[in-house]
Amino acid sequence: MVIVNELKAIYFIALKDIKSYYFKPPNISWGILFPLAMALAFYLRNPTGMIDLVPGLLGMTLLFGATSMEAVVITFERRLGSFERLLLAPVSLEGVLMGKLLGGAFFGFIVALAIFILSLIFFSFPKLNPFLLFSSLVLSSIAFSGLGGFVSVAVKEVFEAQTLANLFRFPMIFLSGVFIPIETLPKPIQFISYLLPLTYSVELLHNSLLPSHHSNTVIPAWASLIILIIFLFFFYFVSIRVLRKKLG
Amino acid sequence: METRWVIEVEGLTKYYNGLLAVDHIHFKVKEGEIFGFLGPNGAGKTTTIRMLCGLLTPSEGKARVMGLDIREETVRVKRQIGVVPEISNLYDELTCLENLLFMGQLYGLAKEERKKRAEELIHLIRLESKKDIPFSKLSKGMKRSLTIAAALVHKPPIVFLDEPTSGLDVMSARNLRSMIRELYRQGTTIFLTTHHIEEANLLCHRIAIIVKGRIIANDTPEALRRSVQGKFVIEVEVENIDVSDLSKWMKEMEGVEEIKQNQHRFVLTFSRRPSLENLFYSLRKRGIVIGSVNTLQPTLEDAFVKITGLDKEMMMVDKEGKKP
Repeated sequence: MVIVNELKAIYFIALKDIKSYYFKPPNISWGILFPLAMALAFYLRNPTGMIDLVPGLLGMTLLFGATSMEAVVITFERRLGSFERLLLAPVSLEGVLMGKLLGGAFFGFIVALAIFILSLIFFSFPKLNPFLLFSSLVLSSIAFSGLGGFVSVAVKEVFEAQTLANLFRFPMIFLSGVFIPIETLPKPIQFISYLLPLTYSVELLHNSLLPSHHSNTVIPAWASLIILIIFLFFFYFVSIRVLRKKLG
Repeated sequence: METRWVIEVEGLTKYYNGLLAVDHIHFKVKEGEIFGFLGPNGAGKTTTIRMLCGLLTPSEGKARVMGLDIREETVRVKRQIGVVPEISNLYDELTCLENLLFMGQLYGLAKEERKKRAEELIHLIRLESKKDIPFSKLSKGMKRSLTIAAALVHKPPIVFLDEPTSGLDVMSARNLRSMIRELYRQGTTIFLTTHHIEEANLLCHRIAIIVKGRIIANDTPEALRRSVQGKFVIEVEVENIDVSDLSKWMKEMEGVEEIKQNQHRFVLTFSRRPSLENLFYSLRKRGIVIGSVNTLQPTLEDAFVKITGLDKEMMMVDKEGKKP
């Protein structure tokens, strides 16, 4: 009964966030337009091989979609005091955070799915692995939402959360193989690339959409999946620890 | 009937970055009473509430709420309590009704039940006409009422109210006190913190006075007042005499220390308890008609000042350091 109540509360926390914060015009436009604008910029520079950009574009959409509000929502609610309402409810701190992360993850997943459906108008993926694609989208969105959650609990002010989130997000676009293949980066930079969750997300998306185009894949799909799961748990548990410490 | 203690606190302590905020406090709250936690701002009232409702982990000590350990069974404790924090902290973007429905969801109420309960509470706080308005658009008093309603969604046996009337206008504060009394009549145990002495006096059955993290008195308001009673003061109003003569005569009475006169009204201060019978007898013997006699008790404010040694002005200061 206790577990059922906890799961219900997690669901309602996520649902409330999705309704209140995520599916609002500014957030949708940020989640969809920003990755499209970046893709367009690269397309204008190099119109050939646009299909190869799709996995990176999806990865970037997942990252920006899942962290769009997630990276500020807890900071924002803590400032207003409304986060305390959740802490007063009969739900564990782990449950509250899980609900928060699932809201962001769901939005990231839906926005990335929309971009994928849009890409089907222009490109075909004959070797598409639907199961791997679904797993990649789900795992990546939760892991990125976890990253957003970590940023959100680590700081006190909303502007600090935004700054910190961008400090993580923008370098990742250029270091994780979204537009520039990792193999072409200098070796020391490549080392940094493999410390970033987006790298594994893009690898997985390449493997699921365009396995034959991705001749330089160095990480097998199963390894990327496991590494993303590790990132997910890492962000989740570190966030709980940080939050618990901050709450006293 | 055996007393049932619904809150039991033993040696509860909280340090913040090495500073002692709550210092080994002990107290118990009876089922169905209004228990007041009275003290100036910064005394440790909110920290105590936050520990009891699971928002803060105590540094030392034990506490049980409805027999449940606040550290070990935090989630179960939260089911038994409703909390109204000092800041009305519902969701600005949700309407009044949506806020209550969301609270019902968090407490696991079934769909029909939470709808019914939300409507009931909206009716109780008389916000029917505002139920579809976002929380952010409500007045301060309405926000406070809705925050209280949100704490009652799951019909908790204990309600914690942290400075419930702080920052409210006179009418809103009065309505809120009526609401608290109504809750008490329905059998809810109420734990209330306040820095308004008069509020504690009006509402509470028992009061613990907390200063600098320590409880320095814990009793009924009457007992607290009695505890500081050193002098006995009697006010006598007479109707038919030359008052200047009477004043002279009263001064000769046994034990009178001071007489204050305002036309036909005399305030007599005695160093020890006077015999009212003797007083009445003496007055009657001189043919004096007594209009009224009052024995004047020290106020709770007098008691507070004497017990704490603090200036009563200190209690007027809010958290921002301003006086109302």
